[in-house]
Amino acid sequence: MLAYLLRRLAYAIPILLGVNLLAFALFFMVNTPDDMARMQLGVKRVTAEAIAAWKAERGYDLPLIWNGQAAGLEKASKTIFFNKSARMFIGDFGAAEDGRNIAREIRTRMMPSLLIALPTFLIGLAISVTLALFLAFFRATRLDFWGVALSVALMSISGLFYIIGGQYLFAKIWRLVPISGFGDGLDAWRFIILPVVIGVVGGIGANVRWYRTIFLEEANKEYIRAARARGLPETTIFFRHLLKNAMTPILTGVVVVIPSLFMGSLLMESFFGIPGLGSYTIDAINAQDFSVVRAMVFIGSALYILGLMLTDFSYTLVDPRIRFE
Amino acid sequence: MSVQLVLLWSDVLLWLLCTAALIFGWRSMRLLHLARGWAKLGKNPIATGTATLLVAFLLVGLTDSIHYREALPPLPDAAPDAEIRYGVEVFSALDYLLEPLRTQNEKTYSAPFATRLYAMESMETAAGISRLYPRLTYGGAHLDDEIDRTADIVKRLMTGVLLAFFLLAGIYVFSRRVLRKKYPGFAWQGVLAALCAIVLVFLPLFFLTEGYHVLGTDKVGQDVLYQALKSIRTALIIGLVTTLVMLPIAILLGIAAGYFRGWMDDLIQYLYTVLNSIPGVLLIAAAVLMMQVILDTHPEWFATAAERADLRLLALCMILGVTSWTSLARLLRGETMKLRELEYIEAARAFGVPSGRIVIRHILPNLMHIVIIALVMDFSALVLAEAVLSYIGIGVDPSTTSFGTMINNARMELSREPAVWWSLAAAFSFMFVLVLSANLFADAVRDAFDPRYEKRA
Repeated sequence: MLAYLLRRLAYAIPILLGVNLLAFALFFMVNTPDDMARMQLGVKRVTAEAIAAWKAERGYDLPLIWNGQAAGLEKASKTIFFNKSARMFIGDFGAAEDGRNIAREIRTRMMPSLLIALPTFLIGLAISVTLALFLAFFRATRLDFWGVALSVALMSISGLFYIIGGQYLFAKIWRLVPISGFGDGLDAWRFIILPVVIGVVGGIGANVRWYRTIFLEEANKEYIRAARARGLPETTIFFRHLLKNAMTPILTGVVVVIPSLFMGSLLMESFFGIPGLGSYTIDAINAQDFSVVRAMVFIGSALYILGLMLTDFSYTLVDPRIRFE
Repeated sequence: MSVQLVLLWSDVLLWLLCTAALIFGWRSMRLLHLARGWAKLGKNPIATGTATLLVAFLLVGLTDSIHYREALPPLPDAAPDAEIRYGVEVFSALDYLLEPLRTQNEKTYSAPFATRLYAMESMETAAGISRLYPRLTYGGAHLDDEIDRTADIVKRLMTGVLLAFFLLAGIYVFSRRVLRKKYPGFAWQGVLAALCAIVLVFLPLFFLTEGYHVLGTDKVGQDVLYQALKSIRTALIIGLVTTLVMLPIAILLGIAAGYFRGWMDDLIQYLYTVLNSIPGVLLIAAAVLMMQVILDTHPEWFATAAERADLRLLALCMILGVTSWTSLARLLRGETMKLRELEYIEAARAFGVPSGRIVIRHILPNLMHIVIIALVMDFSALVLAEAVLSYIGIGVDPSTTSFGTMINNARMELSREPAVWWSLAAAFSFMFVLVLSANLFADAVRDAFDPRYEKRA
């Protein structure tokens, strides 16, 4: 099993390297550091000295990939690629435009993100699966039809409207919770509850429909027919046999997103002023802070790859037919 | 008045795309399995109804995709044979049709059907200077007394509804007498229901917009209905042109990986795993940031602001296309792998048919149902994505009217006192109808073309 995990890990490295190279190409080769400097300093009143100073301050004055002037190993290490991209592998993300250390910023902002994303994910999953099972149980009835129709209608509404509408109703009109912000410790729940509720409601439409198809696919299988032939009541079939077996595709399907929960939700955090990674990313995009965006791209893909590995791992856990090979 | 046609790239692409889709649809009738899918689709009233709605949206978008520049009035002392000069502002055929809506701007916010502005102004009256809500310049300006407003609205509404009923009765009789007899299998009731909705909304609206801002005006006094109608084109371009970028990449790489296997498969799989592993929004954000730098450093590429906004819109489509081909490519790869093991392909190979011909003649047609399903499924997701991206600030150019920019501009308005809700409401309802019909249509298409769904039914 250890060998299996190690091999999966080894498989992840070339992908991360690919992500890194792609980000490098996007950020440094499509546009030269000169372009970025001009962008940051403002296009109009910019001198060659100002650009050079900007680059030197941020370490962008080195060659891109190969430093022919340096000696020995420094030929490869005194380059932008080595300093800015390769060092991300050891968790060194450098400094943002405002001079703060990105790695430290990420560590402090992870918690608020997780406090929103994790409950949204868990509650959303529980509610969606329950509703989907309910619809599948009453399949091909009027209830099922209208349930699906409602799900399609719900998923046709842009996420922005859920947030804007929810914030307006609950925070502004009814004044149940603060409009935005974040608190420390136990006080935080007042700020968390509304984003979580909105996140759950916003995701329900698509999720219920998706899980319903999984349940229906499962309901058409032979073992269900066999159970019915044995004369088992429909409720037993559904809650004993079907639910258990359908949980395998559902759980293995959602495992991939679990690590990515750390990244937080861009929209939710920026609307509710949560100091998490999502709002950090949005602020960086708006301020055109390339180092932060680059760091988030790297972390995001690392977490996704971790999710893929966990998915493979979870298959082996829930399905004994699959072994570590 | 003479005009000069302006060909924006996105116009050309949108028109080309629609023509290509029509030709493809026509030709695919000859392929047996696709013809069966189309026939099944035609029997589904939800499919025909939503398709009618989508065609209506498409017509608005296409009218909005014929651009022109108006000739400037000749200089007073110019020679009669002097060269005609054209204004820098680019208009579209839709602008021409909606001329009153576009030009009748108020000073600032006004509520739907309002006769007065939403903000107070100091005005001189008989009793000295006082703070009042001034009358609108255009909205309800034809009323002598504002008390008549409700009666006037009802009158206009009834005129529209009455006309709509006559029109609908005509359409109904025509469909019963002619269409249903000629094409008996087709679900005309869906088309009729959709037409009913369109006509019942459109005709009363036509009479009401003459006198009022039906959906109010925004901060700079522009009619919200006009903005919503203009947004349709942006949504369609994002939803359709993106697929034009995505499709060739997905088909080429998907089939290559599935058919040739070996190192090519490994390479392509590696490529899409890498692209897939970057969170979508971040990849788009990174690419859009870079595009902005490029556009800013090359101002010489575009002559007018409209061209710049257009180029940015297309670049966004390109970026969305390059980042979203992976899932379709994976589906196509899997299906190609299954197909290449079938006996008729084996036979073709045994006869020495070259690989290229096998792919084009024998594999591609059998993948078309997957392509069709993926395209209609992606459309609604892309329309929704545009709104989110524009909100984050990595979407369309701020000067381009789109649902995203409408929401973005309006998002602070709810916190005003009293709240300004109509911009959001307009963006919401237009988007909802568009996305909902696209979703329902996509479901129907999947049911009709996907053989797996056939088995269950």
